[in-house]
Amino acid sequence: MRFNVNDEDIEVDVDPETPLLWVLRDNLHLTGTKYGCGIGACGACTILMNGHPIKSCLTTAEASQGYNIQTIEGLSENASHPIQLAWIEGDVPQCGYCQSGQIMTAVALLNDKANPSDEDINEAMQNICRCGTYSRIRAAIKKVARERADS
Amino acid sequence: MSDFSRRDFLKVATSTAGGLMVGFPLLSMGVSKPYEAKQITAREINAWLVIEPDETVLIRIAKAEMGQGVMTSLPMFIADELEADWRKIKVEYADVNRSALRGQLYGDMTTRLSNSVSESRLMMHAAGAEARERLIKAAAETWGVRPEDCYADYGRVYQNSGAQSLGYGEVARLASEVSVANVKIKTPEFYSTLGLATPRLDVPAKVDGSAVFGIDVRVPDMVYATVLHNPVPGAGLQSMRFNAIRHMPGVIRALRLGDAIAIVAETFWQAKRAADMLPVYWKSNEGNKRFDDTIKREFFEKLPSPGEVMMRKGDINQLMDDAERSIESDYYVPYVAQAPLEPLNCTVHVQEERVDVWVGHQDPEGVMDVVAQLTGVSRYKVFVHNCFMGGSFGRRSHMDFVIEATRIAIQIGRPVQMIWTREEDMRAGGYRPMSAMRFKAGFDVEKNLTVITNHSVTHSIEYDQDKNATGVDEASVEGLVDHPYRFPAYSFSHSRLNTHLKSWWWRSGGHSINAFAMECFIDELAAAAEQDPLDYRKFLLRDEPDYLRVLDQLERKSLYRKRRPRRNTDVGMAIHKSYGTLVAVVAEVTVESNGGMRVDKLTAAVDCGNVANPMTAEEQVEGSLLFGLSATLYGKLTVEAGRILEDNLDTYEILRMEETPEVEIHWELSGGEHWGGLGEPATAVVAPAVCNALYKITGRRIRSLPVRDYYLTVK
Repeated sequence: MRFNVNDEDIEVDVDPETPLLWVLRDNLHLTGTKYGCGIGACGACTILMNGHPIKSCLTTAEASQGYNIQTIEGLSENASHPIQLAWIEGDVPQCGYCQSGQIMTAVALLNDKANPSDEDINEAMQNICRCGTYSRIRAAIKKVARERADS
Repeated sequence: MSDFSRRDFLKVATSTAGGLMVGFPLLSMGVSKPYEAKQITAREINAWLVIEPDETVLIRIAKAEMGQGVMTSLPMFIADELEADWRKIKVEYADVNRSALRGQLYGDMTTRLSNSVSESRLMMHAAGAEARERLIKAAAETWGVRPEDCYADYGRVYQNSGAQSLGYGEVARLASEVSVANVKIKTPEFYSTLGLATPRLDVPAKVDGSAVFGIDVRVPDMVYATVLHNPVPGAGLQSMRFNAIRHMPGVIRALRLGDAIAIVAETFWQAKRAADMLPVYWKSNEGNKRFDDTIKREFFEKLPSPGEVMMRKGDINQLMDDAERSIESDYYVPYVAQAPLEPLNCTVHVQEERVDVWVGHQDPEGVMDVVAQLTGVSRYKVFVHNCFMGGSFGRRSHMDFVIEATRIAIQIGRPVQMIWTREEDMRAGGYRPMSAMRFKAGFDVEKNLTVITNHSVTHSIEYDQDKNATGVDEASVEGLVDHPYRFPAYSFSHSRLNTHLKSWWWRSGGHSINAFAMECFIDELAAAAEQDPLDYRKFLLRDEPDYLRVLDQLERKSLYRKRRPRRNTDVGMAIHKSYGTLVAVVAEVTVESNGGMRVDKLTAAVDCGNVANPMTAEEQVEGSLLFGLSATLYGKLTVEAGRILEDNLDTYEILRMEETPEVEIHWELSGGEHWGGLGEPATAVVAPAVCNALYKITGRRIRSLPVRDYYLTVK
């Protein structure tokens, strides 16, 4: 099967029913996208498909063909995306396991809404963080929105 | 402190096949690269640090990073003594094998009890100071001057005259060979790095996907396994029909692991699919097929029995008889899960003369020993490559998943990554113990408390591990028997009650159970005495200046004495000491007319003595509060016919962004020589504070968790 992952065309020999999550992790060794629940409840596996946040644990390889798939590894060179920089500056991650999914969801949110309200953030950011970094995530999202508005 | 001798070190290096495993340079490690052995360089100044010619200072830490920030806070102790340039610091895990060979060179490498800083601190001070003196001496020798005429600052050695200076990297080789004596560590007024809010060193790797958690390890020729356990723990396995999945793509083997089954395949998904299809016949154990209500009733039925008395003062029965008024309350908490977001996993490669284990674990020495025992390979040839942990909260100190992975790897002969599905992680877990307890109190005619009794009935973690254990499991009663309150007469007793479910450590251990009941009952005492709960605590704590100081701080900084904006909003409080740290919290809670509730704000006052890194300290207190809040609102595992009903994160709910209250933390540091823990203590105070607030609003006591059994939660 053929995929476009992080702007690269890739061919993988895989069962079409395999969730994209495992194609990324086990076939392509893009392990930044995480397995947390396998049922779309936690958001750790969130990636972007044509810019939309998608739970890759629920999306089959077959259904992922023909889309531009973006994972945390493809977000920037050297963690230089504004969201990643805000995450670093805000010292957001603790254990860090959920943060790839949080960041990808936040990227999609800010692409959709340049200046999200608290309600917008609550609605979009349904990803679980077991360490409780929520307030720092919220602050980092707002910081990026502010900086974009200023520039 | 020993083994700063380079000669000793070389002996170690040459005695270990293939060179020493010294962990991995975490900040430079890329994704999906297999672990690579690394030779120790000649620039090892002592066992704790290596200085490279390019001025990089590689610091080793003996505790594991699971989100609590030790990868940053611990190096700060060395960097401070070393007068290092913080920008040049890199970190790796200290070598477990080396520690074992050298008589626990790195101390106890288990990460637990919130004691990483307090246990490692003095060793790291000494290592940093020792290295600093070596660098000064090496530079002095290079210049032909006396060490007393030189000093170290910001990664360089200077002559007092200002004439010359040398970078640490330039004198590191010589520094590793000179000897120094009578090294003194700094006194706090000279700290340069400690006490400064310092961003976490592991953050960059955690925002670009490059941080390697146990589940991300990719070893050449690796296969994957997943495991099925009897959903009714302890019932055992009857049979399975491997033929039904044998021809499924990628499937390699199915193995019996005692009461469990492992399915091995080329990819995890293939293993999981096969596991889903595998016909399995579990044994049935009628005795274990019980329901929540039955189990709960057993705990409550034991409450009237006397139990084992742990502490007692006064003629309790007489005082109860004499009481003008008495109150009695029963408290209860269910089993709860740690549910770290990274499901349990472990990668093992067993070869004839060596075993490699890649795992995120709180106890790498224990892993080494248990794997050595299972494989028959010498513990010095078992190499534990500790990885980042995607949360643990106590769960990753258990050996169950390490044992399973090792037993699979022994039979497969290739590197195997075993991953428990989330469902197995929830169902086969070691849970925070179930507990019930009864408080009674007597008051005289003037509403003075005259006597208090407590009998707790708790599932013992110790007894789960050792059926010969006798006496009271200390972890079951921590926070009860060491309470600070001045009661005129009292009795505290305990009974053990274990079920077929497995219990294990959960962030803040028994404290989270016992502080809930104790701090709620203190509010009940205050109500019976017709006093304000905070004032009443001050009265009961009148001999405890530290507690009073923290309470004063909380009173000043919180909304406790402020006017409530709405009639349906009020505050509750709690105070508790654990792991050497005192935390008091005020919860501001709102109850809506439709029966929904929400926590608006948590304000905490904390005294842990000293803080190494104020940034991670604050993160830990906030994280602990929210971990406690998640369990307060939602934490509950339901037992149905012996099995745990909540098998994933849809039914076992975790606090989310929209329910997260504002959090405010105030430090009330007493200083001195005291360095209390921060990873756990704030967890325990949230449930009682929230329940005490709910009482103030509604007049109804909440004496069992979670709160969701009583209220809807409002987003």
